[in-house]
Formats: sequence, C-alpha cells, structure tokens
Amino acid sequence: MNRIIQKLQEPQKLLSIYFTAGYPELNDTVTIIKSLEDNGVDMIEIGLPFSDPLADGPTIQDSSTAALKNGMSSNLLFDQLTNIREIVKIPLIIMGYFNPILQFGVEDFCKKCQEVGIDGLIIPDLPADVYNEHYRHIFEKYGLINIFLITPQTSEERVKFIDGISNGFIYMVSSASVTGSQSGFGNEQEAYFKRIHNMQLKNPQIVGFGIKDKETFTQATQYAKGAIIGSAFIKNLTFNGVNSIELFTKQFKA
Amino acid sequence: MSYNVNEKGYYGEFGGAYIPEMLYPNIEELRQNYLKITAEPSFQEEFHALLKDYVGRPTPLYYAKRLSEKFNTKIYLKREDLNHTGAHKVNNTIGQILLAQRLGKTRIIAETGAGQHGVATATVCALMGIECVVYMGEVDIARQAPNVARMKMLGAKVVPATSGSKTLKDATNEAMRDWINNPVDTHYIVGSVVGPHPYPDMVARFQAVVSEEIKWQLREKEGRSNPDYVMACVGGGSNAAGAFYHYLDEKDVKLIAVEAAGKGVDTGESAATSILGKEGIIHGSKTLLMQTHDGQITEPYSISAGLDYPGVGPMHAHLFKTGRAEFIAITDDDAMTSGLELSQLEGIIPAIETSHALAVFNYKKFKPNDVIVINLSGRGDKDLDTYIKYFKL
Ligand SMILES: Cc1ncc(COP(=O)(O)O)c(C=O)c1O
Repeated sequence: MNRIIQKLQEPQKLLSIYFTAGYPELNDTVTIIKSLEDNGVDMIEIGLPFSDPLADGPTIQDSSTAALKNGMSSNLLFDQLTNIREIVKIPLIIMGYFNPILQFGVEDFCKKCQEVGIDGLIIPDLPADVYNEHYRHIFEKYGLINIFLITPQTSEERVKFIDGISNGFIYMVSSASVTGSQSGFGNEQEAYFKRIHNMQLKNPQIVGFGIKDKETFTQATQYAKGAIIGSAFIKNLTFNGVNSIELFTKQFKA
Repeated sequence: MSYNVNEKGYYGEFGGAYIPEMLYPNIEELRQNYLKITAEPSFQEEFHALLKDYVGRPTPLYYAKRLSEKFNTKIYLKREDLNHTGAHKVNNTIGQILLAQRLGKTRIIAETGAGQHGVATATVCALMGIECVVYMGEVDIARQAPNVARMKMLGAKVVPATSGSKTLKDATNEAMRDWINNPVDTHYIVGSVVGPHPYPDMVARFQAVVSEEIKWQLREKEGRSNPDYVMACVGGGSNAAGAFYHYLDEKDVKLIAVEAAGKGVDTGESAATSILGKEGIIHGSKTLLMQTHDGQITEPYSISAGLDYPGVGPMHAHLFKTGRAEFIAITDDDAMTSGLELSQLEGIIPAIETSHALAVFNYKKFKPNDVIVINLSGRGDKDLDTYIKYFKL
C-alpha cells in the first residue's frame, strides 16, 4: 500500500514539512529528511526548485533561487534520494512546477520517483483537468498519488470534482494567497475549514500555506487531518541552520 | 488547418491554461465571459468610440516612398506609433479595461518590461478612475526611467519586482502572485498574447483592429485588400498577432515574424525564442520558451526591452511549427541601423522593437511589385536614450 494512504489511517493529526531541495546547502537533502523523520514528522514535501515559482512567496522563491544557484536539478535530486528508503520510512512527496517535470519527461520522472521510493507528487501548475485527461494513467502506473489543491475560492462543484479524481488527500490552501504571506487565521478561515469539513469528502484534507506555529497548526487541524509547514520551516533553516530542526519540530508535537 | 484558437484554448499543440488552482476561478470567469461580453453591442460601441476619439484610430497606412525606392519594392507602414501613448499596446488595454468594468472589477494590475504596456494600462485606469498597480522588474525600472515617471504621473503605483532576474518575466510572476492574493476585486491586464487561455485569444482579438484596418486601407490604395507580405516584430507577439489576425487563413499573404537576435543567435545573449526555445510551460501557457535542459527558464537579452521575453505567445509557436509564418532573427546592431535609416528616409523615429522588423530588408529580397505591410508598432521617443548612447548623438 502507498505510504501516504497508510499514514492517513493513523489516528494523530499529521505534521507535514516542506523544504526546498538543495537549500541551504546542495547536499543537505538527505540530512534534512532524516532529521525530520527522527523528530517525529509524519510526512515530507521535497521541493524541486524552479526558476519561476508562481504560487510561492518570497521565502520559498529565495530558497529556490539559492538551491538552483547551488546546482540543484531533477537528476541530482534523484541521485541524492537513491538510497533514501534504506533509512527513511515516512511518506515522501515531491512538490514541483510542471515545466522541469515536462522537460525530464513525465513518464521518466514518474518512473524515477517510483524507483527511489517517492509516494506522491504535488504540481501546482498542472491543472486537475489536464492531469485527469493526459497524465493520470502514467502516475497510476508508477503507484504515485497526485495531490490537488483547493482554495477558499474553489467552487463546491469543483471541490467535488477534485475529490473525485483524488486518491490520497486534498491539499487545502488556507487562504487566497501565495505561500508564506499569512498572519494567523481568522473567522474567514475557520468558516472555510468547517465548510469543507461538512462536505464529507472521501479524501481527508491537509491544510497548507500560513501554518507557522503551534497555534496556527492547532487551528488548521481542528477540522482537517493535518497541516503542512513550508515558509516557516525554511526561515528557520535560514536563520538557525539544519541543526535546529529538533527544536523547530518540537513545538508542534508538544 | 486552423490558425485560430480552439474551444479548449489551444493553437495546435500550444496554449492551454497551466495555472495553479488559486487562479482557476479568475481564469474561468474570464474564459466564460470574454466572448460574450466583447460581443455585446454596448461593448463594441464603447470600444470603437474610444479607439476613434481617444486613441486616434484608424491609424494611417502610409506608403513609404523613399524606403520603397531604396529596397526596390512597395512598402507600407501601419502607423501604430501614432496611437495615443505611442504604441499598439493601448488597443488591448482599452479592450481589457472595458471588460474589467463589466466584470465588476475595481482594481487593475499589470506587468511591464519597457514600460509601454504599463503606461497604456495606467492611461486607461486614469481614464476610468480605477486603481492601478504595475509590476516592473527592478532592472527595467532603472533603465526605463521616463516611462516609470509617466506611470506615476498617471496615478499608477509602480512596484519593483525584485525576484529572479528582476526583469519582465519576474514582473509577470509578481503580477500573477498579486492576482492569487487578490482574486475577487482585481483584473490582471496582461500585455501581450501570452499567459493562460483565454488571454492569448482575447488580446489577439483586441489587437485585430490593426489588420481589420489594413484590409480596407490597402484596398483604397492598391485595389486589393491582401498584401504579399505582412511583417511585424515579436516580443510576446501582440502587435504581430494584430497585424496577422485577418490574414491567418489567407494563403496568398505571407507572414513574417521578426525576433530579436540580441548580440547574435549563438552568442548566449539573444531573445530569438522560436530558434532557441523548446516546448514547455511559461506563465500558464504551453509554448516555445528559452530554458535550460533541466527546464529552468532562462533570461533572454535584447537591446530592446520590449522584445526580451523568454517565451512567445502560443499562436506564434503554432505559426512557427506549422511554417505558416517565416521567423527571422535580427541583431541589435542591424535593428539600430535600420531605426536610424527610417528616421532619415521617412522622418519617422521608430521604437527599437519595430526597428527589428525594418532590418529584414537587408536580408530578404523582395520583388519590385511585392506589396509589404510592416506594422510600425511604436514610436522611438521612449528609446531616445538608447539611440543617443548607441550612435553617440
Ligand atoms: C513598440 C513595441 N513594439 C513591440 C513590442 C513587443 O510586444 P508584442 O510582441 O506583444 O507586440 C513592444 C513591447 O513593449 C513595444 O513597446
């Protein structure tokens, strides 16, 4: 069974962390993944850096620019991950924009993912409709779960469509914003979290964008199955380095 | 073979809407409404009245006698430089502001490279009394100071794009991020035939007035509405799309698209997207773009800030792939020389973007009886600094 599906069956609220591969240093990838698992993180999104990350705010943009400058590439990432399944058990998801995947070859990319033990993909600029029509069979052939986003603006009809073609979890973007630009959750978010919860979708939801501390994590997971922390984790890496991961993750597990 | 967009937003294999889910509602709203709204008689009436009385259309189709003599062929110039704000860009911004109003939008955002589209957007926002925010790369802000000042005078807020390479592609990213953050009240006026469907088709339709006019103007002058060639420079491709639009299916009219070779196609400092680009996704569109083999978008170079976009509109990618249009790349030096030549032969100082199209006469032989229409996309006022430095005037 796919590790994401297995993980979603565990009782706890899931803590998921995003980081950009190749940042702060080119060869930090495995160290960061291992350290996140050792510190009780449930799932990891490995960011494949892109030159033009449309859906990201300055923190993830800057980490992507730095990672590319360090020399990160699709091939190198797969090289770094070659033996990852000998040391890490939790679900691993690659999050990246579509163009680098298209240039690698969608089928080759999926095949590589399966070989190294990646469980799923999040590709923000691959629309659900295009995926469903052109790429779904390839992802399924290699046992990969593709994860779709919904936002507060997504219509009920479209949420249902996305739920219908999803087979893992739905990535619930917390508010109308790019990554990293949120200052806490208000009534609007709570109403949205509740509204989606009440739709009784077949896929659980994991909230992302704007989760930065214990408080926002708790708010986000009141109705949802888990939450994803991205920019706040990158900022912590920038200022406190790879050795600070234990301290950073502790706050969410308390 | 169709050269127009299909119902799914594709030109052949190019186009589509590769956008993050956050932009889906905005794009879907546009997609469902743009044809309906622009077909309404009240829209058409207001659009054409503004083009006539505010922009100054129709722009002349001028027979360039001395230029024609020099190259021993018949050259007509479609004078888009005489539009209000000095380029073709305003045809599109007039159309989109009217559309935005009908969609109930109260805030406008735009990207700009050279500043021409930014100025054209700031202008229509002033005209309609709507808030305007223009994203412009930090590097471009420094090299296009007069246009930055114009936008400010017109009441727009100019926001520097400080990410990536700090030029047009990054300004476009910033505008898209703004739209993600402000999905309800804001309309994004994209400045060329690029971006996710329906933008390429919508912008092409607003620019199509150019070839609509060429048809009847040429009939008056030559007794036929089809020239032998239509030629235009291509950055994103909007002025070319406008000049080609009503000729796309007229097989007797040859289309020539002129790209910026920069310092030379093979120098690593070029913006000749069709030659150097590969199929991929940029700003929500599947098209040809300049990229590394790993799929990272690269920074193009041209002396002309309006042509250094790493992609090209999906219509043009299709015209290139099918061979419907011939693509020619012209260097900085050749463009500059031809800009000076037009100034001295015809008393018209062209935008450097346009100068690229004029330089084709040095490389391609035309017959004495060939009728060639060049879209003179803009005037050179904004480029005086560059001309001064280049020719040490
Ligand atoms: C005068 C002029 N011509 C051409 C262009 C290139 O754009 P497009 O290819 O969309 O016409 C620009 C862009 O700024 C411009 O200002």
